Amino acid sequence: MRLVQRMALSILVVVYLAALLADFIAPAHYSRQFRDTPEASPSVQFLLGTDDLGRDRFSRLLYGSRVSLVLAPAAALLSTLIAGLVGGVAGFVGRWPERLAMRGSDLFLSLPWLFLLLTVRALLPLNTEPEVSVAITFALLGLLGWVTSARVVIAGAGALRASDLVLQARATGCYGLRLITRHVLPNLKPVLLAQFWIAIPVFILSEANLGVLGLGVAEPLPSWGGLLRELEHLTGVFAQPWRLAPVGLLVLVVSCFHIVFSQDEVAA
Amino acid sequence: MRKNKLLHRILQQIGMIALTALLGAFLGATLVRLAPGFGVDERELDTRRSESSLQALRESRASQSNIFDFYGRYLGGLLRGDLGISQSLNRPVLELLQQRLPVTFASVSVGLLVGWGLALALAIPAVISRVQTFDLFATVVSGVFLCLPSAVLAMAFLWFGAPGPLAIGLVVFPKVFRYARNLMAQTYTRPHVLAARARGAGGFRILLRHVLPVTAPELLALAGVSVSLAFGAAIPIEVICDSPGIGQLAWQAALARDLNLLVNLTLLVTLVTLVSNSAADVAAMTLEREPA
Repeated sequence: MRLVQRMALSILVVVYLAALLADFIAPAHYSRQFRDTPEASPSVQFLLGTDDLGRDRFSRLLYGSRVSLVLAPAAALLSTLIAGLVGGVAGFVGRWPERLAMRGSDLFLSLPWLFLLLTVRALLPLNTEPEVSVAITFALLGLLGWVTSARVVIAGAGALRASDLVLQARATGCYGLRLITRHVLPNLKPVLLAQFWIAIPVFILSEANLGVLGLGVAEPLPSWGGLLRELEHLTGVFAQPWRLAPVGLLVLVVSCFHIVFSQDEVAA
Repeated sequence: MRKNKLLHRILQQIGMIALTALLGAFLGATLVRLAPGFGVDERELDTRRSESSLQALRESRASQSNIFDFYGRYLGGLLRGDLGISQSLNRPVLELLQQRLPVTFASVSVGLLVGWGLALALAIPAVISRVQTFDLFATVVSGVFLCLPSAVLAMAFLWFGAPGPLAIGLVVFPKVFRYARNLMAQTYTRPHVLAARARGAGGFRILLRHVLPVTAPELLALAGVSVSLAFGAAIPIEVICDSPGIGQLAWQAALARDLNLLVNLTLLVTLVTLVSNSAADVAAMTLEREPA
């Protein structure tokens, strides 16, 4: 691992720790309103000032990071599991299931991602409890975002099907579930892991876009998307630069993910 | 032989588009039919209506209860150019599309031009010059844009008073840059390029004669994919920049849960991206060199 990657990994660890320990680090609860000090500038009490409802921006950023940073990997895990199941079976069985899966994924991939998300999100109730909206948002990302990964897994499983390793295992009488658990899955693990890491920044950015559009995590629960939505009312960038902290953190974290799990590293 | 192969590919692509349209229409009809609230008619709450009038309303809805019947009607409507009525805007969907589509087409076209222009303007010098500092600079610039949600880019454009379609270009740019740069860098290491270089061919001559012809099919495929990317980016950008295109319409439809409008929009955008992907695929095939 190169120095830049180590640095990026350290930043990710620090941000994750801060987000996970938000209950202890945050000066206030994310929904607590300091009614006497709305729209306050940064101070010792409010490191990033307060929003129009008097809520501490720094605390909301910490809690929002927790929502986005914990649930994006959860959604990535869900999408990788589905991709592993569908792609693994289709690729390993071959013949018509493989062709069907490839054609199906072709069709699915021709749907622009955000249009698809918007359509399916609109099917589900919009005025829900914040916790339900979190579950809906990230479950949707996981359930709809597996197709690209599935194509990679199909290719990996297809190569494995034709490999000497599997041929030898079959020759020694290893079939069915035993073949899959002992030989196929362990060899598909690197492909699945790579897809998992690649999906995380994609889902973080998708949640941010959905949040800005008002179709993500519901208030008062903060998420990066929801925090970015507040920027819509920002009239000038230089007037209140501290309000750009969520953008800065988002760019930092996503770029760290890209650096740490760059294609070369993931493929290795 | 080659012509037959090309014709076969074109027919295959047309079949794929037709299949997608049928499947997409079916999925769309199913989504509309199964969505919560389907079949609820507020006219039933009108106390002035007689029992027989209410019964007539219920009977007209009963004909839509079978999903295949519903699909048949939906498909029939589609073939006649009747895309139904938008519940939230109370206007025919076709009329809305006719109004909004040109706006999005214009902004997506500008965005694609800007994105590709910028990507190639950075990728080509980075590969030809092989100056590490420039390559690093271009990679960092594209990396920053890769990490920004399109909605934030749109906000930045709004703050600085820049035109929204350029933001679509900045969404397309990093993906095209990375792929094009890697593709060209790989091609530059091929033996025929090394041989041309050894014979003293200049940078641009190598690019035009030995690199671009080899990478053209893959770059064309990327062009097809970038159309889908640009349409996806159009949603938040049009919403934030208040541009009256289909991206903004899709958002309004999503907030109002106007599924008929939303499904038709998604189907339309899917067909546009499929046609562009197929065109890119066929164009790439015509450029592919026959094996010696």
